[in-house]
Formats: sequence, structure tokens, C-alpha cells
Amino acid sequence: MKKILLLAGTALALAAGTMTASAQEKLKACWVYVGPIGDFGYSYQHDQGRLQVEKELGDKVETAYLENVSEGPDAERAIERFAREGCKIVFTTSFGFMDPTIKVAKKYPDVKFEHATGFKKADNVAIYNARFYEGRYVIGQIAAKESKAGLAGYIVSFPIPEVVMGINAFMLGAQSVNPDFKVKIVWVNTWFDPGKEADAAKALFDQGADIIVQHTDSTAPLQIAEERGLKGFGQSSDMIKFAPKAQMTSIVDDWGPYYVKRVQAMLDGTWSSTDTWEGMKEGAVVLPPFANMSDETKKLAEETYAKIKSGEFHPFTGPIFDQAGAEKYPAGAVVPDGDLLGMLWYVKGVDDKLPQ
Amino acid sequence: MRIELVRRPEMSRTMMLVSPLIAVGLTVLFAAIVFALQGHDPLTGIFYFFIEPLMSSWSLEQLVIKATPLIIIGLGLSVCYLSNNWNIGAEGQLTIGAITGSILPILYPEFVSPIVAPLMILMAAAGGAAYGLVPAVLKTRFGTNEILTSLMLVYVSTLFLDWVVRGPWKSPQAFGFPITVDFNESAVLGSFPVGPLYLNASAFIALALVVVLAVVMRSTLKGFEIRVLGQSPRAGAFAGFSARRMTSFAFAFSGALAGVAGLMVVMTEIQKLQPVISPGYGFTAIIVAFLGRLNPIGILIAGLVIALSYLGGEAIQTSMQMSSKVATVLQGMLLFFVLACDTLILYRIRLVSTRSTQEQARA
Amino acid sequence: MLEAIILTVITAATPLLLAAIGELVVERSGVLNLGVEGMMVMGAVAGFAITVSTGSPLLGIVAGLVAGLAVSLIFGFVTLTLVANQVASGLALTLFGLGLSGLLGEGFVGTPGIKLPSLSIPGLTDIPYVGRILFGQDILVYVSFALVLAVSWFLFRTRGGLVLRAVGDNHVSAHALGYKVIRVRYLAVMFGGACAGLGGAYLSIAYTPLWVENMTAGRGWIALALVVFSSWLPSRLVIGAYLFGAVTILQLHAQPLGLGVPSQFLSMLPYLATVVVLVAISGNRRATRFNTPACLGAPFVPDR
Repeated sequence: MKKILLLAGTALALAAGTMTASAQEKLKACWVYVGPIGDFGYSYQHDQGRLQVEKELGDKVETAYLENVSEGPDAERAIERFAREGCKIVFTTSFGFMDPTIKVAKKYPDVKFEHATGFKKADNVAIYNARFYEGRYVIGQIAAKESKAGLAGYIVSFPIPEVVMGINAFMLGAQSVNPDFKVKIVWVNTWFDPGKEADAAKALFDQGADIIVQHTDSTAPLQIAEERGLKGFGQSSDMIKFAPKAQMTSIVDDWGPYYVKRVQAMLDGTWSSTDTWEGMKEGAVVLPPFANMSDETKKLAEETYAKIKSGEFHPFTGPIFDQAGAEKYPAGAVVPDGDLLGMLWYVKGVDDKLPQ
Repeated sequence: MRIELVRRPEMSRTMMLVSPLIAVGLTVLFAAIVFALQGHDPLTGIFYFFIEPLMSSWSLEQLVIKATPLIIIGLGLSVCYLSNNWNIGAEGQLTIGAITGSILPILYPEFVSPIVAPLMILMAAAGGAAYGLVPAVLKTRFGTNEILTSLMLVYVSTLFLDWVVRGPWKSPQAFGFPITVDFNESAVLGSFPVGPLYLNASAFIALALVVVLAVVMRSTLKGFEIRVLGQSPRAGAFAGFSARRMTSFAFAFSGALAGVAGLMVVMTEIQKLQPVISPGYGFTAIIVAFLGRLNPIGILIAGLVIALSYLGGEAIQTSMQMSSKVATVLQGMLLFFVLACDTLILYRIRLVSTRSTQEQARA
Repeated sequence: MLEAIILTVITAATPLLLAAIGELVVERSGVLNLGVEGMMVMGAVAGFAITVSTGSPLLGIVAGLVAGLAVSLIFGFVTLTLVANQVASGLALTLFGLGLSGLLGEGFVGTPGIKLPSLSIPGLTDIPYVGRILFGQDILVYVSFALVLAVSWFLFRTRGGLVLRAVGDNHVSAHALGYKVIRVRYLAVMFGGACAGLGGAYLSIAYTPLWVENMTAGRGWIALALVVFSSWLPSRLVIGAYLFGAVTILQLHAQPLGLGVPSQFLSMLPYLATVVVLVAISGNRRATRFNTPACLGAPFVPDR
């Protein structure tokens, strides 16, 4: 019995050995996700990016991923596992992975790391993010044009700069059309709970909003809009299938082009630690076809989309006033990236208080 | 055909050792089937899930890191469950313990001294115990069922942590992100070499707790009191023990241990506070406590087994591109098998054909 | 406005009520099944899958029911036939259900679902204010109330209910009287599984017609807590589920009013409210103890 076990063990070890050996030839790129790839939201979009890398770079690369990695104590182990298993480049896709990434990167100087949405860099740690606010400005304009009530409902997860920046961009867009436009905000304290998001959407519609905006991951709010014959915007992925009559557009995260570029740089040996913040121009933020709106609105949205894409217009261009009405940035001034990334104050017209 | 249990005259010592092995065997078999169904080679899958995590010193260290909080919390919970107090809110006590334990390094970051770490642990124990006492007091004073209160307080505590790290304790250097300042060097726990492994101080604390609790439960009056009150509050009352005081003790004790476990996760791995500090340790520890048969040594082993299943789950994901859900299914089945096989310790299993029961009935 | 809020509360409370009424019966028979979350999420995935593949939400509901029942049998076998620990087995069931549902549902992510239609009775549904609340709900809402009534009637007005309670209160005596303790408990566990499956199906067919992993998001745990809240009385379960739902919805409505209270504290309210109300009503200790199944969680092996 013992002998059989031993034999089996050796066979297993051998099998595993040959597997890793054949893997050595290819460049191994690895991803760590905070949610399940089946969330049809944030982690799903990152995984779509990974799949694009597989598709475009074909047999030159091998990829692997870990999903549902908690931002707490499990993150470091997950990242280090990849570094140990021969990954040459590791993408850590959530803010909570920042410190673990830096820590592991110090231990494995030969492995390259890329951390999304954080602010700590190192020689072998690059950081990247997408300018989602560009899309939010456009949907702000659409909302103000299309809303009969002059009021949008906005479902949000957590008060971090990313989210606050989005609210502000939305309001600036809306105010460029209708200076009196109003927004009502509900914090659901979760990125992902379809039921709760649906409840929040209903509450906001019941309070008179006729357009719903979300900075949470599920399709539930749009489905509520569809049911009630009202309008809204998707998040992370194109959700038109879920709300063919309600989705006016969506703010799609397309990480594919960036991932392909970075893995290609590894293949070429040109990788360097960079700080990338890409937007519509580079194809990181994509708005699916405008639908369910008047031609006039569509024209305006397309114009703005084109202008932001070409770099002709920056959504955060002064004059910008804070909630109290004080001028934060004078006319013509563009808010610097550093200020945007730490944005924790509302622009004029947002009727909400940020937790301090 | 029916399955019938026949009680053994006494606990089977052989089965106490053999039943977990049978369970593991069944899990391996089940895993092989699942892997094959998923279109993977079953042998390779079994290797990565069960064996690979034990093959390098790195993964052994990770195993200990993952098991440590589970064991500490499981120990505390075992006292609760043995004394018939249903604390399922360890996750909340963990969270509050981590918060109170972090007061010093966050509010007084300049306070650097060797006494900081012990003070933090004491404060975490106090915080966890206090939070654990809430359901206990509600139970003893108002007769409120502790299953509900302890569970509801979990949600309250995690929301409170969320508020603390986004509001009053947010680091000014964090660009608005929800993290506190990094702990200073006297507020983190170091590692020590043990043979080829580097083990964190928290692992030694867990081990010490296992030994202490094993002794207390086996050979002290307190241990006797816990068991008697759990089995029969009436008998306990005749022996002069108070079930009410035991409820408070058990909740405070398990709360304190959960709080310490939470703080130690923070002191070793995260080294600051953030919205998420635990991947559900407080809930997983309930499984660990029962899997370990509410026995300190058993909990030690159970903690390591559960930790292995997590590491193995990651290994099959990264090495074989299997979904993380496969690992969750296997964890569930492993538990079912272990729990079911434990039946063999107290019972013999007899298969009875339906006809023979009918004949019995006729006779 | 009030009408709108009530409509939202009904949707939020129904899955909780469905899952909880099943668990109440399970616990009345003396079995503690902590696996409600796992059974619910299985119901959600099965309900969604069948609804989308057949186009019929009604078939989906049946599928959800069957799926919940099916996984509850694993729990039943392990805890009743093999007398394994119920608490740990229930948690194992939760893990198993979350994992298996994720695997089975992989192909359905990103597929829009079909919503269970609401009732529309010409004349009645159009009555102002109360029409939609009383006559414009989907079928599962009525089912949830019917189940509460049926369970209440069964437990306290029928012989079968008496047997079930006897088994839960003192399985040794019940066995001595000739009742089949294990069989009764199996039936209760299966009923609980079926109800949890219905609750899950409600999520993926009526509440939010979509499938994503872990979409139950902890509702199974709330359902469990509500059973305790009800002191094992079906009528109180309705109060518990609707109280929890109402506070959840009201805090969402309160937020845009700009109270200046951090949203985390508002989000705590449903949990705190449940605790506070339970403390307030558990003042009458004798009644509570009277209704608590005395054998809850205790394994039983018939002596032969």
C-alpha cells in the first residue's frame, strides 16, 4: 500500500514537473481580481482584458488568474504565489492590493508588477487607471438634456476620490446643459448587491428622479429603469441587453488595449515602470452607441465624446466652484491630475455631504 | 435499503484516528470526479489541491499564517459551544478587537516602545470581549436569543470599521483613500526562524493558547464547569455553577480571542486598518471549532486542514486554470465527509434491507 | 409616495419571508440548518437557468424549489442519518451551495433574465392607493403569505403540526410515543430547502432578473436571524421580514434628504432595529422559552 502511494506521489510530481517545464518557454502574465469574474462588472472587465491578451499575443504568452481575492490578508499570498510560480508580470486590479503589491515586489525584483487605481510606484511596480470621469461628463450632458424632471438619481458605493470625481464630472456635464440640474445621491455601501442596488434605484425614482446613474456593478438599477419606462446608464460593461429601452449609453472599462500593450512591452524587453492614466483617447474608456434619446441629445453627446477623445476638451476645465460657491479653479484652468486623484469635495450644485 | 446506526458501547479510539482519513480519502475521490468532469487530469488536480501546498517552506509558512487566526478564534468559540452559548458573531468581535487594538499606533504614532504590542493585544482583547458581552448581556438580562444578536452585530461592526477608516482615522497621506496611517515598527509582530521556516509571533501565541486551553479544559474546575453547564444547566446549578455567569464568561472569552486574532492579522499582514481586514475568518472559525470536535488539539488540526483547502484551492486555480468555485465546492464536500465520518466514532453503520425491517415488524 | 415605498418593501421582504418560513419549520422540528444561504443561492441559479432556457418563469420557480430541496437532502443525510453536527454541516452546505451555483451559473453571466409578471386584475389592480399593493404583486408574494398562513395552521391546528412540534421539543418522548423522529425531520428539512430555493428563485426571477455569483449577498443569514426574531411564531416572521425590509428601504429614502448622518450608520439601522425590537418583545421570557424548540440542534438516534 505504502509503495503504491509513493509511486503515485512520484508520478504526480513528475506530471506537475513536466507541466511547469513546458510553461517556461512562454511569457507568463498573471492577474489578481478582487471579485468573481462572473460579476459582469469590474472583475469581469479585467478578465475580458486578459482574454484579449491571450487572443492577440497567442502562443507567445500564458496567462493565469486568481479571482475572489479578499483585499485583506489573502492578497499578499495571492500575489506572491504568482511571483513564485514564474509569472513575469502580475496585474493586481484593485486598490486594496496596493501595499501587498509593493511588499511582494520588493522581494521579487525580477518580476514586474502593475497595480490598478493606486498611487504607490516602484522600479518594478507600474500603476495604471482609466479616466472614467470622461464618460461621466458625457452622460451628465445626456441626463440634463433628456431628463424632464431636471433630476437624476445617483447610486454610489463608497466615498473614494474615484467615485467623487465621477459625481463631479457628471454634474459639470449636466450643468453645461442645464445650470439648475439636480442630483440625488444614495450610498449603498457595497460595490455589488443587485437587490440593494435595485432598492436604491426604486427609492430614487420614487423621489422624482427620471434618470438613474450608478457607480456600482450590477445591472439591477438599469433593469428597474427599463421596467418603469425611465432611462439610465450602464456601468463597467455594455448592459444594453438588460435594458434595451432604458440604457442610453454605458461607461465601459476596456482594459484590453492597455494589457496587450504592457505584455507586448515585456516580450520586447521595453517594459518600464510607468504611471498610466488612460481615457477615451487610448480606448480605455468606451461609450457604446448612444440610444434611447432624441437626435439632438445624441448629436451633442457625440460631439462631446469626439472632443474629449481628441483631447480638445477636458471635462474638468474651470471655472469650477465648490459646494459653498467659492471658485476653486478659474475659467480656462484645467484641474491637474494630482488634484483629481485626491478629489474629496463636491462641486457646486451637488446636494450631499461627504463623510469626513 | 436503509442505513441504521448502532451505538458502540464506547467511543472507538481507532475510529477517532481512522475516520478523518476515510473522509480525506472520500474527498480525494470526489475531487478526482469533479476534476475529470471539468475536463482536467484528476491526478494532477489532486496533486495541486492536496500535496503541492505542503511541498515548499513558503507555502507551509502561508499555511500557518492562514490557520493562525482560525485556530485562535476557534478555541474561543469552542468554549462558547461547549457551554451551550451560540456565538456566531466572532467576525464582529474580530472587527471591533482590531479597531480597539489599533488605537495606539493610529492615534499615537510617535509612541514607539516595546510595550506597545502587548498593550495593543490587551486592548484588542478588551474590545472584542466587550463587543462579545453585548449579546451575552442581552441574553442574561432580557432573554434575547444570542444567535440573532451576535450575527446582527457583525454587520454593524463592519460598517463601523468602514466609517472609521473613511472618516476619523483616515490617513492624511492616503489621497482620500480609506486607509489609516501605517503602523510604526513597535506595533507590528515579527517572525522567528523555526527550522527552515519563518513563523510569525502570532503562530506561537496560537500554539500557547491551544496548550493552555487543553490543560484548562481537561484538568481544571473551570473546564468541568464549562462542560457541565453545556450538557445540563440543571446539573450545573446543583453543583453551584451559574449558567448566567457562564454565558458572560464564554462570550467575553471568545470575543477576546476573536479580537486578538483580528488585531494580529492587522499587526502581521496589513499593518494598518482598511475597510476589509478579514476574509470571513470569524465564520470559517465556526467550522474549525466543530471540525476539531470542540477540542483544542482537534481545533489546531482542523485549522491547518481548512487553511490547506484554501491554499490548494488557489493552487488549482493558478496551475490548472480551474475556477475558484471548484475549490469552494471541494471545501464544502470535505467538511461533509469529515463530519459524516465522525459518526463512526460513536456508531457502527449497518445497512438494513427494507425486507428484513418488514419481517422484523411482522415478527 | 407611501404606496411606492410599500411596493419596494414588499419586494425586499418577500425573499426573506420565503426562506425564513421554511427554516422556521425546520427549527420547529429541532433541526438547526445554517445552510439557508447555500440553498437560496442554488434556488437562484436553478430558477434563473430554467427560466432563461425555457422562457417560463413559472418553470423557473419550480426549478428553484427543486434545487433548494435537492441540496437540503445532503444536509439531511449528513445530519439526520449520520447524526453529524448540524451547525458545521449547515455552514458546509453554504460553502457547497455558493461554489456549485457559481460553477453552474458560469454560462449565464451577462444573460438578461425574464421577469416574473405581476398580477393584473382589471378593476381591482387599478383601485387607487391599495390596488397595486393588494392585487398587483407577483405570484410569489402571495405564495409567501399563503405559506405563512399554511404553516401557522399546520403547526398549531393539525395533528401533523403537533407531531412536528413534539419532535422538536422532546425527541425522546416523541420517539417513545411511536413517532418517526427522523422521518419528520427529513420532511421538515426538505420543506425548508424548498422554501429557501423559492426565496432564491425570487431574487433571480422577480427581484432582479439576472444571475451573478453570490447574488443572495447574505440574505440567507438574515432569514435565519428572522426565524429567531419571530420566536418561532409564523405570524411574527411577517413582522420581522417587513420590519427589516422597511428599515432598509427607509434609510435609502432618508439619505437624499441630507440628514448629515454618515451612510454607514444609516446602513446599520436594519440590523440594529431588529435587535432592539427583539429585545423589546423578548421581555416576556416565559412565552419565548415556551416557543423555543427545546431540541434545537440536538442530534437524535433512535434506540432499537
